[in-house]
Amino acid sequence: MSLSLSGSTRNLPQYGALVAVLLANWLLFPDFFSIRLQDGRLFGSLVDVMNRGAPVALLAIGMTMVIATRGVDLSVGAIMAISGAIAATMTQAGWGLSAVLAASLASGLLCGLWNGVLVAVLRIQPIIATLILMVAGRGIAQLVTEGQIVTFVSPDLAAIGSGSFLTVPMPVVLTVAMLGLTALLVRMTALGLMIESVGVNRLSSAYAGVNTPVILIAVYVWCGLCAAVAGLIVTADIRGADANNAGLWLELDAILAVVVGGTSLLGGRFGLLMSVVGAAILQAMNTGILLSGFKPEFNLIVKAAVLLVVLLAQSPALTTLLPRPRGAQPIKPHPVAPKRTTP
Amino acid sequence: MSMTWLKSAVAATAVVALFAGVAPAQAADGKLVVGFSQIGSESGWRAAETKTAKAEADKRGIDLKISDAQQKQENQIKAVRSFVAQGVDAIFIAPVVATGWDSVLKEAKEAKIPVVLLDRQIDTKDNSLYMTAVTSDTVHEGRVAGEWLAKKTSGKCAVVELQGTVGSSPAINRKKGFDEIVAKNPGMKIVRTQSGDFTRAKGKEVMESFIKAENGGKGICAVYAHNDDMAVGAIQAIKEAGLKPGSDILVVSIDGVPDIFKAMAEGTANATVELTPNMAGPAYDALIAYKKTGTLPAKWIQTESALFTPETAKAEYERRKDAY
Repeated sequence: MSLSLSGSTRNLPQYGALVAVLLANWLLFPDFFSIRLQDGRLFGSLVDVMNRGAPVALLAIGMTMVIATRGVDLSVGAIMAISGAIAATMTQAGWGLSAVLAASLASGLLCGLWNGVLVAVLRIQPIIATLILMVAGRGIAQLVTEGQIVTFVSPDLAAIGSGSFLTVPMPVVLTVAMLGLTALLVRMTALGLMIESVGVNRLSSAYAGVNTPVILIAVYVWCGLCAAVAGLIVTADIRGADANNAGLWLELDAILAVVVGGTSLLGGRFGLLMSVVGAAILQAMNTGILLSGFKPEFNLIVKAAVLLVVLLAQSPALTTLLPRPRGAQPIKPHPVAPKRTTP
Repeated sequence: MSMTWLKSAVAATAVVALFAGVAPAQAADGKLVVGFSQIGSESGWRAAETKTAKAEADKRGIDLKISDAQQKQENQIKAVRSFVAQGVDAIFIAPVVATGWDSVLKEAKEAKIPVVLLDRQIDTKDNSLYMTAVTSDTVHEGRVAGEWLAKKTSGKCAVVELQGTVGSSPAINRKKGFDEIVAKNPGMKIVRTQSGDFTRAKGKEVMESFIKAENGGKGICAVYAHNDDMAVGAIQAIKEAGLKPGSDILVVSIDGVPDIFKAMAEGTANATVELTPNMAGPAYDALIAYKKTGTLPAKWIQTESALFTPETAKAEYERRKDAY
């Protein structure tokens, strides 16, 4: 399974940034890498980075493929709120775990289908098409919870957020599983290639025989599914559905993770693993800020400064000016962006 | 043809609505009529405020008309104008923002309708535009929480603080009040402070980091959260770190939502300072006194910031779970 690990020099800025952020955290907080077992579950700051980063990483997996088709999905945060609201409300009403999971994941698939049909069949621009559900979705979630934080008592559902599998926190397990499954689907079949081709040029892909509406709908549906899983995790984690705040602004974090991971917003080539690394960079920063003891007023400034450095390190124009690590091939910037014909 | 039919139908409806609006709103049986422009229902507390306003109105035989502004000031201004047109006996406003009220309040004043502000103050140069404001003192809430903690720990405590949204007025004031008490007790210290955005999820995440940063939680005596939701999240983080919330780490917070009473009944939280959702009750009493005897109330009616502890938690939970 090639998770775009080949050509590793291309991804050097991402890995470098992750290592740099982790080392900075270690300097600020010497116990950063210490891990112990607590109630049969790994416990430590590094575990927190993975555990808290899981929802955005999941969103980033789905978002990567949407962005690879030259689209964007702004509704993932709202889908998280919907799936969480459904899970909590149904659990409170006495439904069993399997029914709850099925309904909650189905809501994500349905939301994805809605987005996909708007984009692929009705040909509405993705940013506008998904904006509709971004706004309306949170309202739907609020309708389900009647504006309250719906709490539930269910060890089974709570285990999705705070349980563990072989000492690894469940959100991390689910994220790795989704990453593996997605990579299997797109890299072991021609699906990944078709997604990239639709992103580069939808019209010529169609002429080449790619069923573009089906590909587009599929990526939005998958993105909705990823968001529903993320929504389940955050709801299970706090044992309650907070429709006002669950997933709020996380769509932007997910897009950021994808971009930090090196996938272009102009579509085409994408890296699933790199997007997850991007999400890890973001969360490592968040956790570092919390551990550092900086005043909360500095949170956003520190975040912005680090992101700027990470993105600059990826800039083709700047990398040619910087000294390269030994043995690394120079990255050739395109002097002129290749011309595209948009359908 | 059908278009003109539609147009006249719309016009007819508008005329009917207009008359309905202008018709005097006084109930035939001499009941007081109060128009209430509520912000919306963005939180459980806000919904409880609306619910309590209705219940308190029924208790006093007041006819309450509620208009939901959906978080928009223009909707509130429209609602106030419509209340003025209806000739209600009083107008209650929970203002969504602090500025921009002068002109519409002047209209109410010219119509001689007293205005009461609920839950929030407004910025205006002319204080005579409203009769009184019923709000809680958020600085005082922080003080009450701090005083409880100082007493409980005999003035010796390393506190971690979960702040509300950076820059929001309850976060600033609840910090200020608590800091005053910390300054008075040399043995008390805030060792860590971060924003948890008033949410459960962020409260939990921040608390997880605090526990790790303070030697696995051994260095923390208490957590002070600016609202109950963050405290509920922090309680889960403390549990997952293998510590006992309520005894290993004390938990004190502000708001008094049902879930914190549940936590107190279970022994995982220690104290909460209530921000009462009953803002309308004192406003009705002031209004009735004004209508009967003409006495103007004070410009600010401060609601009580009552402290609740686990002893009464179970009964309090039962009492409030339906109000929220």
